[in-house]
Amino acid sequence: MNWRAIYAIYQFEMNRTFRTIAQSLVSPVISTVLYFVVFGAAIGGRIDTVEGVGYGAFIVPGLVMLTLLQQSVTNASFGIYFPKFIGTIYELLSAPLSFIEIVIGYVGAAATKALMIAAIILVTSTLFVDLTIAHPFWMVAFLLLTAVSFALLGFIIGIWAKNFEQLQLIPLLVITPLVFLGGAFYSVSMLPPGWREVTYFNPVLYLISGFRWSFFGVADVPVGISIAAICVFLAICLTAVWAIFRTGWRIKP
Amino acid sequence: MAPIISIRDLTKTYDGGFEALKGVSLDIEDGEILALLGPNGAGKTTLISAVCGLVTPTSGSVSVGGHDIQHAFRAARALIGLVPQEITIEPFEKVINTVRFSRGLFGKPTDEAHIEKVLRSLSLWDKRHSRNQELSGGMKRRVLIAKALSHEPRVLFLDEPTAGVDVTLRKEMWQLVRELRGQGVTIILTTHYIEEAEEMADRIGVIDHGRLLLVEQKSQLLHQLGRKELLLELCEPLAEIPPSLAAYGLTLSEDRLHLSYAFDSHAERTGMTRLLADIAGAGLNLRDLSTHQSSLEDVFLKLVHDGRRDVA
Repeated sequence: MNWRAIYAIYQFEMNRTFRTIAQSLVSPVISTVLYFVVFGAAIGGRIDTVEGVGYGAFIVPGLVMLTLLQQSVTNASFGIYFPKFIGTIYELLSAPLSFIEIVIGYVGAAATKALMIAAIILVTSTLFVDLTIAHPFWMVAFLLLTAVSFALLGFIIGIWAKNFEQLQLIPLLVITPLVFLGGAFYSVSMLPPGWREVTYFNPVLYLISGFRWSFFGVADVPVGISIAAICVFLAICLTAVWAIFRTGWRIKP
Repeated sequence: MAPIISIRDLTKTYDGGFEALKGVSLDIEDGEILALLGPNGAGKTTLISAVCGLVTPTSGSVSVGGHDIQHAFRAARALIGLVPQEITIEPFEKVINTVRFSRGLFGKPTDEAHIEKVLRSLSLWDKRHSRNQELSGGMKRRVLIAKALSHEPRVLFLDEPTAGVDVTLRKEMWQLVRELRGQGVTIILTTHYIEEAEEMADRIGVIDHGRLLLVEQKSQLLHQLGRKELLLELCEPLAEIPPSLAAYGLTLSEDRLHLSYAFDSHAERTGMTRLLADIAGAGLNLRDLSTHQSSLEDVFLKLVHDGRRDVA
């Protein structure tokens, strides 16, 4: 294992993050504040509690997940797409590296950045609502697993994408709708019966549900299923990344 | 001594069906400078890319320092520094960080003294805190070289290092290559400037249409090039070469107005004086005479031309 190379990639990517730290942090924080104002204050005022949790607090895990998913995917996809786009990927391919080191470096850095932003949003939200965390260990575990899995997904998107439009496609068309329909701002039990069943096909529901459980101890689906779902998703992404590097798909003619 | 790079029957057919390499075999000796000469699209870059791991060969094998590039890719690649043809560089990072990054990728421990040495040797030390995008094209190319040298490679691939580079930088680049060779680094450079191959290389390989047409010591090649031609223009058309001149192996042009005589300019006696005396003796009147030495360029063009005719 070429640990120095992993560190070099990680550090290089984190430098990129810190070069643009203001824009990386400001926009997620502002959008979170907006969500709180719109959903928490304006709409939440008319909703007392959901499953015994104040509405303002209820939406916090969903908001954190929304940002975490978007950030993991976009950071990782951009991180690997950019060297491909400008051509510096030649260096990764000619270095004594296996795909494992490349993936750990890029995905690790993308997940780190996403986790940093998620933490900041979590802290910001405490300015608006009182939060108690029932299962801190599981909260961290959900954050980590989600950040890593979706950074892997982002990595795959970055390798797949042939242009900047495709790079934006999945986060905009898939991730955001899935989060909104995955119970970020409501409990599935609030939906009419037909829609409830449809929602169970949304993988993000299991993430948000499990993550919310780690805060309030209440969940839409059993927490065990949530953990299993994220692990399955992680395994699928790992397999896809492995296949990409084994065949050199879209990186090595 | 075992060659540092050994290439055997290397072929590469791209997905579209284009055969970029059609069975190239080549041994590169430790410490030499090999120039690969060939027109655009000849397969030079594909050959380098296959050795360096950017392209998966279709068949054949390559070993670097005795390590197979597929089965022992880490050991093989650790020996290689690659300077690509295109200027591809992270625009927003600082020069010194870009170079440090390369060293890290190759698994080498931090060595600021070495980084400084490399940057100084390329006149980049003053620019080390500049962002790459602020540099001129020539400077960016130097950064690429610095990156390749950051991990102390034993073999350096320079893919058209002086394409689109001004004269001063080209001369500096040549100087640098000589210095590196002095340190025992093996250098493989591709170029389509014959002058460059003539200036720097120990051996010259000519590649076209995915085939290696020739690999020869430069001195030997230049020796073959030592052949000169004396061209004699006659005042009157000549029906045939007079018997008194038969021994010189002259050739008469189609317009019957030119005689040409081939000789070795390095030889002690060229026979030219006697030839001229005999021509006068045969009663031929000369209008003009000139000599012509075939350059590497002629040989190159002839090789490429013959190679293409053979293929056709």
